Amino acid sequence: MPTILAFAEARAGQLRKVALEAVTAARQLAGGDQVHAVLVGEGGIGAHAAALGQHGADVVHVCEHAGFARHNPEALAALLAAAANTTGARVVVLPASAHGKDVAPRVAAKLKVGLAADLTSVAFEGDAIVGRHPVNTGKVLATVTLTAKPAVVTMRPGAVPPAAQPKAGTVQALAPVGDPSASRVVTTTLVQGNTAKLDLGEAPVIVTGGRGLKAAEHFAIVEALAEAFGNAAVGATRAVTDDGWRPHSDQIGQTGRLVSPDLYIAVGVSGAIQHLAGMRNSKTIVAINKDKEAPIFKIADYGIAGDAFEVVPKLTEAVKAARAQS
Amino acid sequence: MKIAVAIKRVPDMDTRFKIAPSGTAVDETGLKFDMSDFDGYAAEAALQINEKQGGGEITAISLGPDVVQETLRKALSMGLDKAVQLKADAVPFDGYAIAEALAAELKGGSYDLILFGRMAIDSSNQSVGPMVAELLGLPCISAVSQLDVSDGKTVKARRELEGAYEEVTCPLPAVVTIDEGVARPRYPSLKGIMAAKKKPLEVKPAQLGPVTATVAKMELPPERAAGRILGENADAVPELVRLLQTEAKVL
Ligand SMILES: Cc1cc2nc3c(=O)[nH]c(=O)nc-3n(C[C@H](O)[C@H](O)[C@H](O)COP(=O)(O)OP(=O)(O)OC[C@H]3O[C@@H](n4cnc5c(N)ncnc54)[C@H](O)[C@@H]3O)c2cc1C
Ligand SMILES: Nc1ncnc2c1ncn2[C@@H]1O[C@H](COP(=O)(O)O)[C@@H](O)[C@H]1O
Repeated sequence: MPTILAFAEARAGQLRKVALEAVTAARQLAGGDQVHAVLVGEGGIGAHAAALGQHGADVVHVCEHAGFARHNPEALAALLAAAANTTGARVVVLPASAHGKDVAPRVAAKLKVGLAADLTSVAFEGDAIVGRHPVNTGKVLATVTLTAKPAVVTMRPGAVPPAAQPKAGTVQALAPVGDPSASRVVTTTLVQGNTAKLDLGEAPVIVTGGRGLKAAEHFAIVEALAEAFGNAAVGATRAVTDDGWRPHSDQIGQTGRLVSPDLYIAVGVSGAIQHLAGMRNSKTIVAINKDKEAPIFKIADYGIAGDAFEVVPKLTEAVKAARAQS
Repeated sequence: MKIAVAIKRVPDMDTRFKIAPSGTAVDETGLKFDMSDFDGYAAEAALQINEKQGGGEITAISLGPDVVQETLRKALSMGLDKAVQLKADAVPFDGYAIAEALAAELKGGSYDLILFGRMAIDSSNQSVGPMVAELLGLPCISAVSQLDVSDGKTVKARRELEGAYEEVTCPLPAVVTIDEGVARPRYPSLKGIMAAKKKPLEVKPAQLGPVTATVAKMELPPERAAGRILGENADAVPELVRLLQTEAKVL
């Protein structure tokens, strides 16, 4: 019976949402077959095994080692490739997160197979694995077929939302391959931003500020709008990250993050092609720009051609009021 | 330093793509091509490393049909020293097949540093660099937004994570894949363009690896319905909120 193996990503001792998404995707692929999850971290990480069982893992392989306190791509790839072999995995599912995208190609290369990356959906088609993958900055959708066994895939964050489907989640200790503390690639520092904040890849709503905000401190108005939604993250254009108003990690676009939230609100964003590349697949797009001719209006479902400093605070109040009622 | 930079030729994204009759590729008629964005950053990073250290040699490598020579010449006109085309009739979609061919070429090169783009802007696979590193048995740091190899022995890099960043080190020789932020590519100067014509460009057959990932279909995503401008000032806010509640159902 084919087993599906899922990498349950954790950072700084905490399970990430994409871990549950990977296990959920694996569960959907497995049908009645077994889902095995791999959970890796320093001592104590095994406490998260239950959550993986809740989302459909029959077995959770837990590897606790001081060498896994921070991201350790070499030891992790070795561990996942070995686990793929020992469990006879038909598919290895990883999140297309920063760490997932770092590790997945190493795992694929160790297994000498191709990889289907950043999939928005995945399924068996006969004996092959088939997934959808936005290419050419999201302007083209590719359907990718993987014939190798195992197949290695990474799932775009948010594509398969976590779904509870309780399974045994039987914990099995997994020994590292070699000494994780002896890896050549060493993550010396991890600097977390505000962990209470939603990540761009996870937030159902994104409010992005562009150069139209004119100064870093004016991001307060987009922060307040995001706050009013309660489930929003704040993004930025390259004009803004270039000027150092926001960190590079907030940049959305061709050379930044690729996002597809339910709602994307662009404030003072012109809508350059490279920016659209990162957000064109959002479900609903709202633009607020004082220039009626700004290209962002071509892609926006709803636009307000007005001054952000006037419109955004009003919108914030209206969103608060709407949410208070519902 | 002896540096190699892997460069992919990709279509300019500022266009309306059409799907080729095969249904598994984009129609290339009328498209403009250039080096993939992140590969330009990688080429620039290599130039800056060697300019700072005062010496070294940078080789540009591209796998594909003869048209990639144009892209390699551009790299040479930026200031890279020599180029290798790994000749293949077409560039496979499968990153592993590409990685085997690149690894076979890079293996004997005794490079101190091998640079890739974080991802090719067309395939968006973000996989070839780390795969090559695995095949060569080299350490790899992927998607770096800051890079320091000034001591000649170690890579010190920064990687952007979701809402966080990490600092990572590894010994040289190493593979590094370049994210935005490291260096903006320079424009080739007239002198550079002239000099590039005389720089060596070697052509070798590509020893592609097995292809197990293929494109079954390419299609254009559904067109977005035409949007509307609801109004010209804050008076439009109630209508916007109403539509977000009733039409878009996101509030
Ligand atoms: C290779 C390459 C890669 C790139 N990658 C990216 C990327 O990943 N992401 C990205 O975002 N960009 C990217 N860019 C840059 C991109 O081309 C644009 O320069 C950038 O997106 C513009 O940012 P902006 O919309 O904030 O600024 P601008 O283009 O300056 O637009 C500002 C907008 O604000 C409006 N405005 C001004 N005042 C107000 C006001 N009071 N109220 C409301 N609106 C107002 C203006 O009408 C204007 O439309 C890339 C460029 C290149 C060449
Ligand atoms: N055909 C190619 N020739 C040379 N380098 C390539 C080729 N394809 C991919 N690469 C390199 O691998 C990187 C990642 O590509 P990808 O994994 O397809 O996203 C690119 O930025 C290039 O540096």
